[in-house]
Amino acid sequence: MTTSLEVEGLSVDIHTPTGVLHVVRDVSFSVGSGRTLALLGESGCGKSMTAQAVAGLLDPVAEVVGGAVRLDGTDVLELDHTARRALAGPGLGVVFQDALTTLNPVQQVGAQVAEPFRIHERMGRKAARERAVELMERVGIPEPRARARAYPHQFSGGMRQRLLIAMAVALRPSVLLADEPTTALDVTVQAQIMRLLADLRAERSMALVLITHDLAVVAEQADEVAVMYAGSIVETGPVREVFDRPRHPYTRGLLSSVPAGAAKGEPLRSIEGSPPDLAAVPSGCAFRTRCPLAAEICESETPALLEVDGRAAACHFAKELTDA
Amino acid sequence: MLAYLRRRVLSSALPLLVVILGVFFLARLTGDPTNLYLPLSATAQQRADFAARNGFDQPVLVQFVDYVGQVVRLDFGESLRTAQPAATAVLRAFPATLQLAGAAMVIAVLAALVVGSLAAYRPNSAADRAASFLSSAASSTPDFWFAIMGVLVFAVWLGWLPTSGTAGAAAWILPVVTLLIRPFGVLVQVVRGAMVTALSAPYVKVARSKGASERQVIFGHALRNAGAPVLTVAGDLAVGLVNGAVVVETIFGWPGIGKLMIDSILQRDFAVLQAAVLVTAVAIFLLNILIDVGYALLDARVRQGAMA
Repeated sequence: MTTSLEVEGLSVDIHTPTGVLHVVRDVSFSVGSGRTLALLGESGCGKSMTAQAVAGLLDPVAEVVGGAVRLDGTDVLELDHTARRALAGPGLGVVFQDALTTLNPVQQVGAQVAEPFRIHERMGRKAARERAVELMERVGIPEPRARARAYPHQFSGGMRQRLLIAMAVALRPSVLLADEPTTALDVTVQAQIMRLLADLRAERSMALVLITHDLAVVAEQADEVAVMYAGSIVETGPVREVFDRPRHPYTRGLLSSVPAGAAKGEPLRSIEGSPPDLAAVPSGCAFRTRCPLAAEICESETPALLEVDGRAAACHFAKELTDA
Repeated sequence: MLAYLRRRVLSSALPLLVVILGVFFLARLTGDPTNLYLPLSATAQQRADFAARNGFDQPVLVQFVDYVGQVVRLDFGESLRTAQPAATAVLRAFPATLQLAGAAMVIAVLAALVVGSLAAYRPNSAADRAASFLSSAASSTPDFWFAIMGVLVFAVWLGWLPTSGTAGAAAWILPVVTLLIRPFGVLVQVVRGAMVTALSAPYVKVARSKGASERQVIFGHALRNAGAPVLTVAGDLAVGLVNGAVVVETIFGWPGIGKLMIDSILQRDFAVLQAAVLVTAVAIFLLNILIDVGYALLDARVRQGAMA
């Protein structure tokens, strides 16, 4: 297995009128070709910000302040704008979440799916459209030739999500970054989209980074998982092991809040409190204010994410949790 | 499309009637043309003959009914000044105004698209602030003042441009610039606002993720989405150019419909004035249809929905 994407010590700040927010702190992970890594966390935990930093799509108010993002061995953060643009598509594809205007509402979808070929392979309009039609067929758009002339509002959410996937995989990138690809869809369509992503990943031996808050999607799709909380990765490892024996109290809390195991009539469990305001993250361990195990050391010392046999958890009590 | 056109024609019949009504009665408030066209020494008999010849002896309401009856037969009456058909005078003057306004509008829109887009690309940058300053200055400059200062500086002091007339390309510069300055100023703000919205839409990020250059992002993706509000305001401003044309044509001696209107009012040449206003009203009506067609060309959602 070759490592396609390696993120090391990535940190992102957002400049606001009231000060600087550290939205991504020292995040590291790597994915090999043909593998799937899930970046799991609640909204606001920094997972989307991490993805945008990796893809070079941060808004001007956000800034990468440290770390490296190595795509097939090249640190893309060191590249100039033009060189990085050349990798957007062939090196790294991004699957966005479908919303009303994720596809350009005034452009035929065929032209939008054809755009990567026009930009990177300098294809003519007709040749690129041919490729787009093939691609639309591959991602499961019925009657692709006729539908290429239609506009985004004439498609269902699931079909639009397929189109977004088609654009992202058009140039056979080595890494595919999927940011909440199924969140806007209903459950049956979610399953179809996830199957399509998994098939494409296997068929084109891409490395897939799946950004999601959906535990079920992670359990079914991912090989590895990285759990994020307040901008940092708090636990990482193979999905089966992390889900079976979580070593971080936050991961535990997440898993025990899944209603599947609960008996009827029993109150649903949840993690007490809510994620910290990024302007006022607690000292030491960011999770300590909600943690049932919090002790004095959690306030004074930030726990390090130490790797032990392929897994890591940033908790002072990781060892106790492992043995328990 | 045909149903749409039929609806538009019917719905604009009433406004046109109001325009005819308004201009007919307001024109007669300017005074009795007899005093203007006959010498002071004219006898009462001569005055009565003149009034009878031109129908001014009839009650105003009768005159109006007669006039509407003629207009529906496309007979706009004769000029008091030249005794030519009023329609001829108007149609001779109209192309000059159309060329002037067309040139001003095309330049204003193109310049505003470029300046507004650049301003929106980096909000609050130095370029954005410069564009804002330029646009408020331009949109609040009175056209008559600008025209007169233009003549003073470029024609009188520097001698680069002619003071008036239509001879040669140089004669176009001052009238066109005077006409376009306000639409340009207003449009820069509209383009900027629409582009700020468009550039923050998700499809812009998607385009960047495909490796699109910033030029492709701005002009290929965002600009077309920003088109509808720009078209709305540009259409409105184009209508307003008729007012601007009155000032500009008078100052620069441009033989267009604005000058014709002013001359007709001063001369109490009712038939020509009425014809000029009516033709302008029809032109504005046609312009509005063009704008609707423009919306449909910009956005398929309009094509399939509102115009059906």
